[in-house]
Amino acid sequence: MNSSESHVGRVVRIAGPVVRATGLEHVRLYDVVRVGELGLVGEVIHLSDGVTTIQVYEDTSGIRVGEPVHSTGQPLVAQLGPGLLGQVYDGLQRPLESLAKMGGEFIQRGVSASPLPEDFGWEFTPCVSVGDHVNAGDVLGVVSESRTIEHRIMVHPHMCGHVEIIRSGEFNVHETVAVIRLDEEAKGGYIEVTLAQSWPVRQPRPCLSRLAPREPLVTGTRIIDAFFPVAKGGSAIIPGGFGTGKTVTEHSLARWADADVVVYVGCGERGNEMTDVLEEFPKLEDPRTGAPLMERTVLIANTSNMPVAAREASIYTGITIAEYYRDMGYDVLMLADSTSRWGEALREISGRLEEMPGEEGFPAYLGARLAEFYERAGRVICLGSPINPNAHKRIGSVSVVGAVSPPGGDFSEPVTQNSMRVASTFWALDYDLSRRRHFPAINWTNSYSLYDFHDWFERNVAPDWDDLSREAMALLQREVELLEIVKLVGTDALAEPERAVLAIARILREDFLQQSAFGADRYCSIHKAYWMLKTIMDFYRRAQFAMESKVPLERITSLPVVSDIARMKEIEVENVEMEIKTIMDRVQYSFGEL
Amino acid sequence: MLKTIPLPRLFATEHRTVSQIKGPLIFVDRIADVAYNEIVEIISPDNQTRLGQVLEVDQQRCMVRIFLGTSGLGLDRTRVRFTGDVARLGVSLSMLGRVLNGSGQPIDGGPPIIPERSLDINGLPINPSMRTHPSEFIQTGISAIDGLNTLTRGQKLPIFSGAGLPANELAAQIASQARVIGEGAGKHDEPFAVVFAAIGITQRETSFFMDQFHSSNAMDRTVLFVNRADDPSIERLLTPRAALTAAEYLAFTHHRHVLAILTDMTNYCEALREISAASEEVPGRRGYPGYMYSDLASLYERSGRIHGNPGSVTQLIILTMPDDDITHPIPDLTGYITEGQIVLSRDMHRKGVYPPIDVLPSLSRLMNDGIGPNKTRADHRSVADQLYALYAEGRDLRRLVAIIGEGALTAEDRRVLDFAKRFEGKFIGQKRINRDVTETLNAAWDLLTPMPAELLKRIPKEFIEQYHKSGR
Repeated sequence: MNSSESHVGRVVRIAGPVVRATGLEHVRLYDVVRVGELGLVGEVIHLSDGVTTIQVYEDTSGIRVGEPVHSTGQPLVAQLGPGLLGQVYDGLQRPLESLAKMGGEFIQRGVSASPLPEDFGWEFTPCVSVGDHVNAGDVLGVVSESRTIEHRIMVHPHMCGHVEIIRSGEFNVHETVAVIRLDEEAKGGYIEVTLAQSWPVRQPRPCLSRLAPREPLVTGTRIIDAFFPVAKGGSAIIPGGFGTGKTVTEHSLARWADADVVVYVGCGERGNEMTDVLEEFPKLEDPRTGAPLMERTVLIANTSNMPVAAREASIYTGITIAEYYRDMGYDVLMLADSTSRWGEALREISGRLEEMPGEEGFPAYLGARLAEFYERAGRVICLGSPINPNAHKRIGSVSVVGAVSPPGGDFSEPVTQNSMRVASTFWALDYDLSRRRHFPAINWTNSYSLYDFHDWFERNVAPDWDDLSREAMALLQREVELLEIVKLVGTDALAEPERAVLAIARILREDFLQQSAFGADRYCSIHKAYWMLKTIMDFYRRAQFAMESKVPLERITSLPVVSDIARMKEIEVENVEMEIKTIMDRVQYSFGEL
Repeated sequence: MLKTIPLPRLFATEHRTVSQIKGPLIFVDRIADVAYNEIVEIISPDNQTRLGQVLEVDQQRCMVRIFLGTSGLGLDRTRVRFTGDVARLGVSLSMLGRVLNGSGQPIDGGPPIIPERSLDINGLPINPSMRTHPSEFIQTGISAIDGLNTLTRGQKLPIFSGAGLPANELAAQIASQARVIGEGAGKHDEPFAVVFAAIGITQRETSFFMDQFHSSNAMDRTVLFVNRADDPSIERLLTPRAALTAAEYLAFTHHRHVLAILTDMTNYCEALREISAASEEVPGRRGYPGYMYSDLASLYERSGRIHGNPGSVTQLIILTMPDDDITHPIPDLTGYITEGQIVLSRDMHRKGVYPPIDVLPSLSRLMNDGIGPNKTRADHRSVADQLYALYAEGRDLRRLVAIIGEGALTAEDRRVLDFAKRFEGKFIGQKRINRDVTETLNAAWDLLTPMPAELLKRIPKEFIEQYHKSGR
């Protein structure tokens, strides 16, 4: 704590996580304060007439009127540097594993620990020489943080100047690796650079300019990749009632999505789910690099029984870490489970402040806060010179996927509605599908994606990708209409070709859309998805053709090749093209026979 | 019992400055040095002491909620003593076999409990990085649970019931039948305990549970916390906290495997709404406070396993869905916190099916970790998926038949329809028989036998060859 601050405030009122204090002069909005004898971490959220309102990130039981409040004079910051990957933090970026070593199995109040490993020596390799002029964001040197991630030590976004000293060798996060003489216009003077820097979490990290999202984030989940893709640098929401598979879908994305770094924020959710990630991720391999998944993952766990205000902060801590890796030129995926709990934290604090409530008791600024958060996603040209000397800019992205937990599964509630307005992809989870154990329970009639990637798919997957996915969607839509009729009059009333639509749509649902998050089918490459879809649609076309020549539907559906199609899911990703082509040949042959 | 440890003060401060009494709340003026959440002793004009808790405090006054009600209190002759401590429960191993009231005082006529430790009843959150993922199969003897919605050690699983449905019978049956088998089971009998929190339940229900515990000789490893329907409603806010404090103590200090049964959480939520309305908070959905999710989570999350600690807390939570509505805030928020749910169905109950579990909306999120080879059986997952798929289809067909009649169905459809009927009658409706997991899986294969093997798409070939009679 800063010893120069002379003013100590006094607590005058306590109501849950909201504390009021007087006597804190020169304190600014969003400054971090330490409350009471225990030194609980809090943040200034309101100032008026000498009274400072503070939201406290820890349980306030036992705090008395008259206890001291110290200001740190700093906003809530995230510590950014090597050692973030593989860590588990709480909402205030306290490393949970270190806390466990200090305080045992339960989280005690008022404890703190440094977010980055302090005594670990990182091998620093400089990329600049003495005398070089460096700008904000330029890479001074690199540290190999994990097998796949080269951690680029960047000039702080508010700095530029000449390199006076640059060292190489092994350093911990507090040791000086470079000294920079700041330019005159940037106040001048010398500044010592360490491997770590800090950044206020509520403030987006700057970039040169923002770009339109151009390529999809391939997730390994077929229904998403084929029908409702999300962009690298885009945003998506997954609303769904309890038990519809929000968390399982988010975990699948965290495992298999085509991102360099994944930041997973468990915001007000179950403790055992975080344990699941913690136990499983070190054992799983990234399908692209073969390195353990934990080496590209940062976890933020603020479970539902941890203090509410820290839940509010956890989202910002997460996105700041995501932006930091984006600035190095990586594609980052940030997952938030669940943004509804974050909204509820806002509501609770707002209620304690006795603010005028908006819809369903949520504060009127809920929509604005959600919009600010989702807009921190994006594909950007980063500050600083390009990493690859042949490229003329450094591009990074943060994609945000937020789970939403609407009460009663009703999407008309404020958090879902406000999120829908700002997120460009909408994966609606459906009770009915989940009860049939159709997973992922993404409802294909209400979900949407506003991104159009047909160029990318044409170049990187196959020219007919877009047509296939459009035809398949039309088939599913036709099935919905026909099922309405079946509900009223039964299947018998349908004509043969319509029954064929139902039969093939069923194959599409069961053998393509359904994908188990646990078995061998849990990761499906985009090429495998393409070949599977192509086979099913090919079967559909041939079936239609055969029926024109009066082949009865029963003969088509009882073809042995139907069960080959059902087993396409189990084919290994490596030899997918060859094996599926054999199946397609068999489809062709079977219809030839007919 | 619920007690307080006085802070080392020279003298206890006593106030006679009650300025307002409103429902379960009193306001005390001209106070000094009062802590948030502090426990307060209120001495009524007739010299009775009751406990309260500070809900809000500022320089002039504080708001106190009184757990045992405010009747008989007056403004001028009521004395308020601030204890300087939060609510604590004295815990000890000798609590086993005892019946305590909702605040933790013995009501069975026995001697007072001599505490080994005195613990804050609000507990502390378990550090997520210290949790161990629950993965040990608990056999409950009930097919709908063991076969399709498996319970694991350290899980929190609620039973969503409706008024008049036999949730309590089911809970008592699980408490007496629960066993750990498979690789998680130790060679010797593992120390097991039940902590039972009765929250606002009737005398009839209380005596039902007492009889059950006595008749299954489980009483000496059970602690009961009883807040009856006619006890003060605000005490219901203490009861589950006191019970879970005892459960954590038995599990993590004395290394027991604790099954904590909380019934009925609907009464708890009603009490929460009452106190919220009295303190004039902004109401959330249906008048329940906006923080009900966090409040329920602070209870339900007190279950699980910890690295390097052999004990565990498994929670079985019973709640009544008002008007059988699963979207009501109480079941809804509970479902968002717990690891699955068992839903009881009035339709099944009317048909005489016991236990009347509707498996379609039921779910156990930790099932995959608790089943499979060495735990239950290799075919378990795929059999469960197959039963679900066929039963869901059967239920759809049943709706269709109601409109167009059975005549319009194909032969295959009729088989599925028949399956659904046998599934409800034989597999779910097992009556009070205790089935082990092999019997449950065999019962499942008995249902699947009349189905042609081609229809069993969810089951890999090798299991069909091994278990399906026509496939052999």
